[in-house]
Amino acid sequence: MKFLTSSRFSAFVPFLLAAVVLFVLAPGILSDFRLNLLARYLCFAIVAVGIGLAWGSGGMLTLGQGVFFGLGAYAMGLHMKLDDAGPGRAPDYMPPTTDWLPGWIEMFRSGPITIAAIVLLPAAVALVLGLATFKRKVRGAYFAILSQALAAAFALLIIVLGSQSGNYTNGTNGLSNFRSFFGYDLNDPVNQRMLFYLAAGFLLVMVFIARQLRNSRYGELLRACQSSEERVRFLGYDPANVKVVAYVIAAAMAGIGGALFVPIVGIITPMDVGVAPSIAMLIGVAIGGRGTLWGPVIGAVGVAWAQSTLSEQFPAFWTYVQGALFIVVIAFLPGGLASLGSVIRNARGWWDDKRGRPAEPPVAVTDDLKTDVGSRV
Amino acid sequence: MATDYLEITDLTVSFDGFIAVDTVNLTVLKSDLRFLIGPNGAGKTTIIDAISGLVPSTGSIEFAGNHLQGKKVHKIARLGVGRTFQTSTVFEDLTVLQNLDIAAGAHRTPLTLLRRRSAVPEEVTAALETIGLTGQIDTLAGVLSHGQKQWLEIGMLLVQNAQLLLLDEPVAGMSHDERNATGELLQRISTERTVVIVEHDMDFMRSFAKSVTVLAAGKVLSEGSVAEVQADPRVQAVYLGTAAAAPTGAEI
Amino acid sequence: MDVVVSQIFTGLSIGSILLLAAIGLALTFGQMGVINMAHGEFIMAGGYTAFVVQGLFENAGVGLLLSIPVAFLVGGLLGVILEMTLLRRMYHRPLDTLLVTYGVSLILQQLAKTIFGTQGKSVETPTWLQGPIELFGFDFPKTRVFVLVLAVVTVVGLSMLLKATSLGRRIRATVQNRQLAECSGISTRSTDRLTFFVGSGLAGIAGVALTQLAPVNASVGQAYIINAFLVVVVGGIGQIKGAVIAAFVLGIGQAALEKIYDASLARILIFVAIVLFLQLRPQGIFNVRTRSLA
Repeated sequence: MKFLTSSRFSAFVPFLLAAVVLFVLAPGILSDFRLNLLARYLCFAIVAVGIGLAWGSGGMLTLGQGVFFGLGAYAMGLHMKLDDAGPGRAPDYMPPTTDWLPGWIEMFRSGPITIAAIVLLPAAVALVLGLATFKRKVRGAYFAILSQALAAAFALLIIVLGSQSGNYTNGTNGLSNFRSFFGYDLNDPVNQRMLFYLAAGFLLVMVFIARQLRNSRYGELLRACQSSEERVRFLGYDPANVKVVAYVIAAAMAGIGGALFVPIVGIITPMDVGVAPSIAMLIGVAIGGRGTLWGPVIGAVGVAWAQSTLSEQFPAFWTYVQGALFIVVIAFLPGGLASLGSVIRNARGWWDDKRGRPAEPPVAVTDDLKTDVGSRV
Repeated sequence: MATDYLEITDLTVSFDGFIAVDTVNLTVLKSDLRFLIGPNGAGKTTIIDAISGLVPSTGSIEFAGNHLQGKKVHKIARLGVGRTFQTSTVFEDLTVLQNLDIAAGAHRTPLTLLRRRSAVPEEVTAALETIGLTGQIDTLAGVLSHGQKQWLEIGMLLVQNAQLLLLDEPVAGMSHDERNATGELLQRISTERTVVIVEHDMDFMRSFAKSVTVLAAGKVLSEGSVAEVQADPRVQAVYLGTAAAAPTGAEI
Repeated sequence: MDVVVSQIFTGLSIGSILLLAAIGLALTFGQMGVINMAHGEFIMAGGYTAFVVQGLFENAGVGLLLSIPVAFLVGGLLGVILEMTLLRRMYHRPLDTLLVTYGVSLILQQLAKTIFGTQGKSVETPTWLQGPIELFGFDFPKTRVFVLVLAVVTVVGLSMLLKATSLGRRIRATVQNRQLAECSGISTRSTDRLTFFVGSGLAGIAGVALTQLAPVNASVGQAYIINAFLVVVVGGIGQIKGAVIAAFVLGIGQAALEKIYDASLARILIFVAIVLFLQLRPQGIFNVRTRSLA
């Protein structure tokens, strides 16, 4: 029992460390501008925690997290625009003659409804798509492609909704020029700090939730599903239900990340939610270590930091770096930086091994794809 | 519990017009240890697939009073039907304990699932004892030896509390001693359960079978005790013993 | 009646573009299990090849026709380089190939922008492809007929390659049973390389065809890659005919929906339709049965 309590305590050390860094060090050292940038990275870290759960633990390569991020972001953005406009009035980007708004826009006037929608909208979309695919044993590459197609369709939908006469979403321009966040003036640096603390707090809560899930029996079952879905089925579980839970939670986390992104960054456009940003959300997770708890967080913050540092001055160079990161990390370090230690330790043995041995024999259709084919019969 | 047996009537399975299993009738009583043997393509594994819901079939499959056909795989598993595969499929990234705990947990409530395991469940401890893996409780299943993986699979069936066990070549690749140990384990298990084994190893079958069904080309050729089946001239003609009469495709 | 005929033609035209973009994927994804996101950039490379090759010739027509085999080689070589450097070590991790090749696609796009600029490059339409052609009493743009014909020729050529040549037999043998193929003396390594060469080369041809509909730019691949993958998913893996049917059905569907709604909404509705279709047939229109499990 003593072992148990001490190991439980040691598990909280990272939380303690993260809390010190986020709530003491960062606000103490960083300027308001830098702190705001860090807050933006934390939003992506919140999304990354969810991806770590769905992809790292559950093996679902979700290329559509931008959709859930966008649903949360647009829910928050619409609320803030409606709030800025004042009771009964339409947001400033809509045609000045607008005297009536459809119910699905009008409902975001309410703060509580908006907050509920930030979690429930992404969760509902993930639930529908998750059940529609997993129940029919559509998975692996097929799920990845469908989730990517969803991202493409969603970005288009936002643009379509903005191009119609009502201009509900402001199309490709997106939502911006916010003045207040739930009554707090966004120009006040104190409120910007508050937003940072909010993001940091949410991040720690999300990591805590992910930790509890990973360590629970459910977490073991989820990893079992990644290992062999069919086997789980023959033990009397429906793997679709197991997977959909992780997918829905990941979607809700992405929604929360998106919702915090809007007041912190001050703009949300279809460019932030489409195919490319959705895949970009994965790279930090991969670098940090998709199967670990903190890896996605550190990776996502690191990549977001590198991107904003590099891409402002050399946008083309950043694209090369991003491409190279995908190639190097996924191909040569699939466990992410978290696995670097063991990779180096094994390196010598591997080198000796390789000398007398031909290259890894290609086995065309194995693992996920093979189970795909088998179960899709 | 007199209804605790497997009853298959007129089972037919076809793939794109090819009839893999042709109007098979099969009754396996509780505490039986039934071996399904036959040349390649006889339909042995397909019968197991049909029972466990992997392939659609016609006819009737009844176990313990439940009709299994048309039910989903995991629903059938929940009715007490457990199976293994030719290639062992344990969860390699999980420990022995985690493998068994998952197998034991199909009836857990969502709330229990969302909590951490506080202690090793009783049935898991018992199964670990039975399959001799108590010492490897925290070993990753992926690093177990081939035989140990097969035993872990059997252990998973035990904690799953399966009443009908369908085993597909459980001793393939095992050493002689491992085979004997497995055979004795299966005999012990079968006293309280219904066990069906697909096997190519004739020595193993002769040593441990309580009854045998011989299949050929999707049909039941012969059925009875080992001695009865071996004495059956039709079986000798297509399969067993007399090597001269063995058609192409027969093994061992 | 006019509307119906022109709609069907538009649909076939969209379908033929989808088919050209997807047919190489049917080989590399459908048969080898590699999810090559850089396939779109191989299409792009084919387009730029047409631009460069045409610049070498006085006659636009000769340049265009000659660029078809050259683009096939360019796409194929890019594919082989990708296969030999990265993918061959990743056949046991198909999902990860998606992300690695996405990285490759980012780099290729940026390279294209650096070399050719962000402005689209127009490939001249030869005089014999300009204007409409009259078929069954209707006028159709010759360029679209050209794309349609090219798609049909490509598919027929590929089917013949798979059915009638020794390379085709090797490809099919390797896909169906790799171990057995190896035992039968087939070098699966070189077969993998060749399969990837052909599949990627077909992307190059698709790139040439697309230059006749719009100027080629760095993001042309992105525009087609997702729909191309959807064609293979709907068609069912391992079958060329599935991809053909899926491409034309999706093409005609999109044309019809675009007539009623706008193009963006049509694409959203197509996505919904595909998800619904997979409810009925999760394995796609056709698929190869296997008995493997786990």
